[in-house]
Amino acid sequence: MHFEYTILDNDFANAGAASSSIKKILKQLNIDAKKIKRVVIAVYEAEVNAIAHANGGTIYVDIDDKGIEVTIKDSGPGIADLDLAMQVGYSTASQKVREMGFGAGMGLPNIKNNVDLLDIKTEVGVGTQIKMVVNF
Amino acid sequence: MKIGEIAALLDATCILGEERRDEEVIYGFASDLMSDVLTLTQEGILLITGLCNIQTIRTAEMANIQFILFARNKQITKDMLTLAEQENMVLLQTRYSLFKTSGILYQAGLKSVY
Ligand SMILES: Nc1ncnc2c1ncn2[C@@H]1O[C@H](COP(=O)(O)OP(=O)(O)O)[C@@H](O)[C@H]1O
Ligand SMILES: [Mg+2]
Repeated sequence: MHFEYTILDNDFANAGAASSSIKKILKQLNIDAKKIKRVVIAVYEAEVNAIAHANGGTIYVDIDDKGIEVTIKDSGPGIADLDLAMQVGYSTASQKVREMGFGAGMGLPNIKNNVDLLDIKTEVGVGTQIKMVVNF
Repeated sequence: MKIGEIAALLDATCILGEERRDEEVIYGFASDLMSDVLTLTQEGILLITGLCNIQTIRTAEMANIQFILFARNKQITKDMLTLAEQENMVLLQTRYSLFKTSGILYQAGLKSVY
């Protein structure tokens, strides 16, 4: 199964809409609730990042009987120091992002803790692509 | 602890899910930081928060939290209500502070996560 979602620039009101849709799809497929929670938390944090730190992006979802692969691609500023960005507490989030309840530098670590495979490709001035896999 | 009992202790108004007063929660977790809420693995949590926007509801949805209590009389918007209704949540509102709310519930036996 393949799905795609578009995340619009600055669209804080809809941050989580894709994760919500993915959650419903996985529920219908009778995937274990704990696995579903891991998937949607990771996708949600990545969705928030695409809005908070880039100008939206596209989400590509592939599901088969072995697991789910989600890739979130943006054309934002990229991440200069990925090791630093992966650390808990590192954040360049704006006041607006903090008002939404994010911006404590926990998103990328949260993503990492919930997925079986995480692959981040990023280039300054080009964008960021986050691929994550959760095995069923 | 029963939702009805929690509402009574805090003189709280039930904004959504009034008919579920007899359902129970085991843990209370007070935070305005949604990334922190997203680290929880327990079930049966009451989220106590001062953060009142659509992301509060989204976060609860992703974290499988059905019960949210808003402290300091934060006003719940129509968008929040629509989403919460769709996700089958119970929303409570109290004029008490996050500190007072947490203190009362902790004393009454609601468990803390950490
Ligand atoms: N898609 C992205 N594009 C550009 N920078 C990003 C992206 N995602 C994360 N970052 C950078 O990594 C930092 C840490 O991200 P994260 O752990 O999610 O914390 P937070 O979002 O709370 O700042 C961000 O503050 C930002 O500087
Ligand atoms: Mg983040």
